[in-house]
Amino acid sequence: MILVGQTDLATRTADGDVSACARLMTWAERGDARYAELACGFADRLGSAVRIGVTGPPGAGKSTLVDGLVRAWRGADRSVGVVAVDPSSPFTGGALLGDRVRMADLTLDPGVFIRSMATRGEFGGLARATDDVADVLDLAGYDVVLLETVGVGQSEVDVARSCDVTLVVLHPGAGDTIQAMKAGLLEAADLYVVNKDDLPGGDALVAQLEEALELRGEGGSRATRPPILRASAAGGEGVVELADQLLATVEGSRADGSLQRRRDQNLSRRVRRLVEGRLLQRAWVDQGLAERLDLAMADGVTLSAHALARTLLDDQGDDEASLLP
Amino acid sequence: MTHDEPIRVLVAKPGLDGHDRGAKVVAAALRDAGMEVVYGGLHKTPEAIVAMAVQEDVDAVGLSVLSGAHMTLFPEVRRRLDEAGANDVLLTGGGIIPVADAEALTEGGVGRLFGPGTSLDELVNYIQVEVARRRAVKTSA
Repeated sequence: MILVGQTDLATRTADGDVSACARLMTWAERGDARYAELACGFADRLGSAVRIGVTGPPGAGKSTLVDGLVRAWRGADRSVGVVAVDPSSPFTGGALLGDRVRMADLTLDPGVFIRSMATRGEFGGLARATDDVADVLDLAGYDVVLLETVGVGQSEVDVARSCDVTLVVLHPGAGDTIQAMKAGLLEAADLYVVNKDDLPGGDALVAQLEEALELRGEGGSRATRPPILRASAAGGEGVVELADQLLATVEGSRADGSLQRRRDQNLSRRVRRLVEGRLLQRAWVDQGLAERLDLAMADGVTLSAHALARTLLDDQGDDEASLLP
Repeated sequence: MTHDEPIRVLVAKPGLDGHDRGAKVVAAALRDAGMEVVYGGLHKTPEAIVAMAVQEDVDAVGLSVLSGAHMTLFPEVRRRLDEAGANDVLLTGGGIIPVADAEALTEGGVGRLFGPGTSLDELVNYIQVEVARRRAVKTSA
């Protein structure tokens, strides 16, 4: 009986039922077992959507740019799903999800679906279930799925492993940011856009970025470096070109086979994360490690952290203990 | 498990008045109480509010209405929510709303409406209790 309802929700999503699509996302976000059950069934219907990651430091204009990109694709008659991620408070768990404000005029377009997500304790710039929510949009038939990260600093680069192409958005005045980003975010980009290019400092930013990319030393030649585009999303300048370039990049990677390799790697990473999550649950909850740690603490600990960890794992009869220093 | 999930609320302002300070204060208070608040912004039509509520699969919609159009806007949003199958979504809000009007709206399926001077704790508590009740009904159904 329940199984019929489950099948129904995925089928309804694929048939274009917006409420079903939204509820399926909620199940995914809550880690509801019914979602995993359904996802096993619709995996072979995924893959037609192009997944585009949009990331960059806070204030770079990501949401405004996403709004512009969606309009550009709508103008080319492509349907678009957007997953917009904002941070949860590590203290209260609450979140203010404000990305829709910049995409207000898209709300009533039947070819657009926007979902806001809070990070809920994840620190990679996306939420744990963002990949699943993107899958649901893929299942629902959206041609392009856009993943907008929280405003990132250096190392929040999960998005690169969740999409087919990663766009890093920068803005003039962010020169120092580039210095700080060399190791993380900068490596994640397949494409850069200098947004707010109507402001002074655009040329300097492009120069700094080129210099940083040269130092990156990847391949060396200009041709293999990620392209740098310029735009002013608020004024609508350069956005259509950027939208075209993003899709062209994905088509190029499809043609040379690198898209499939990337998707395989992304899938492999997701499986690892799912397995790791299950293993943690198994150890801490099912096998009672969390409870035994609490008990040990209540008794008054005399052991070092390493010794206590070893004791917990030893009690478990776990070979892992021998790996501890 | 379901009951521990963060409450998702859409906060928006329908109609023409442009005073969004109240909505922002409420949004911040709900966030600080651990809720995920989708901020919908100003000047939203009932149609747009319901489209957002459906896509975001929220537990509650909170509207700020200071324009005097509450007797039109709240029933309109309620009707469209019901039409969209979102019967279980709590519709609440506040603004300059006479007590008699608020009572009439509540009779018509709108949740409690809060006037000036309401404590934020009262508002937070109402949403927490009411959403928990609705989730319990949904689970047992």
